[in-house]
Amino acid sequence: MTDAAPPPRIRDGVRAGLALAPSPILFGLSYGVLADASGFGSAAAVVMSATTFAGAAQFASVSVLSGGTVAAAILAAVFLNARYVAISVTVSSIFPGGKLRRLVESQAIVDESWALSGRRGSFEWPILVGSGLLFYALWVLSTAAGTVVGGVLDDPNALGLDAAFAALFLALALPYLRERRAREAAALAAGIVLVLTPFAPAGVPIVAAAVACLLGLRR
Amino acid sequence: MSGAWIVVTVVGAATIASKAAGPVLVGRRQLPARLQACVDLLAPVMLVALVVTQTFAGGEEIQVDARVLGVGAAFIAIALRAPVIVAMAVAALVTALVRLAV
Repeated sequence: MTDAAPPPRIRDGVRAGLALAPSPILFGLSYGVLADASGFGSAAAVVMSATTFAGAAQFASVSVLSGGTVAAAILAAVFLNARYVAISVTVSSIFPGGKLRRLVESQAIVDESWALSGRRGSFEWPILVGSGLLFYALWVLSTAAGTVVGGVLDDPNALGLDAAFAALFLALALPYLRERRAREAAALAAGIVLVLTPFAPAGVPIVAAAVACLLGLRR
Repeated sequence: MSGAWIVVTVVGAATIASKAAGPVLVGRRQLPARLQACVDLLAPVMLVALVVTQTFAGGEEIQVDARVLGVGAAFIAIALRAPVIVAMAVAALVTALVRLAV
């Protein structure tokens, strides 16, 4: 045994990603089912998994578009993915090569690959890209598989799929809410949605709630 | 072009740009602290806004219906450390059962 572990390779990243593989498989399947059952379209769902490759924003797009406008769905998803600007900044120095190569390889960044790549104290490019590639393949394939199932369901809301969306967003939100500042901003956002919903077109209250993030300006 | 395809195109382009922002544009610099704090709050803010909408909004009004029980059951499942996918199934099942019963 030596103190310095050998530098990891891409295949070490793929192997590290296997431990988390059930997550993209199950979420990809449920995204495919929900997207198809709520009228988003199976081809659009698969292409979105291949290009956007970010679960929460994809679920949000489908959820907002099923009742609201295109603009509201876009803004809600873009606001949700704004965190990737911050996340990508934390790993900006580990990507080798020119701008085009960095643009392509940066698409392997998702919450899970980012978290895995930092587990040894500093961010490791082979872990991020290797696990990201694995998650990407599983995510796109499971979405496609899910849309096959979704097409069979005729009334998704009778099955309570609208509540399943809410449960997913709740589960994703709760870890953030351990922090007081996030709880305050989230409470303000909830209030904005409740107050605006009776007056504003569907989707607009969600977008308006984004102003709650300005509480971050306080020192 | 249908609404879904417009969403797919624009959100896809924006997300690709967001992920590339650090590695391509920023290099080794950091975001200003206050901007970083706002960006950090965007995810919980949007997720909670989605929870409230998906639970209470019906058309353009607030409705308290079967979904509340479904989401409440999911919250209990999450508190009991159930995997997210199980919590989603619990929410769907409880909501569907209440709708059947009412």
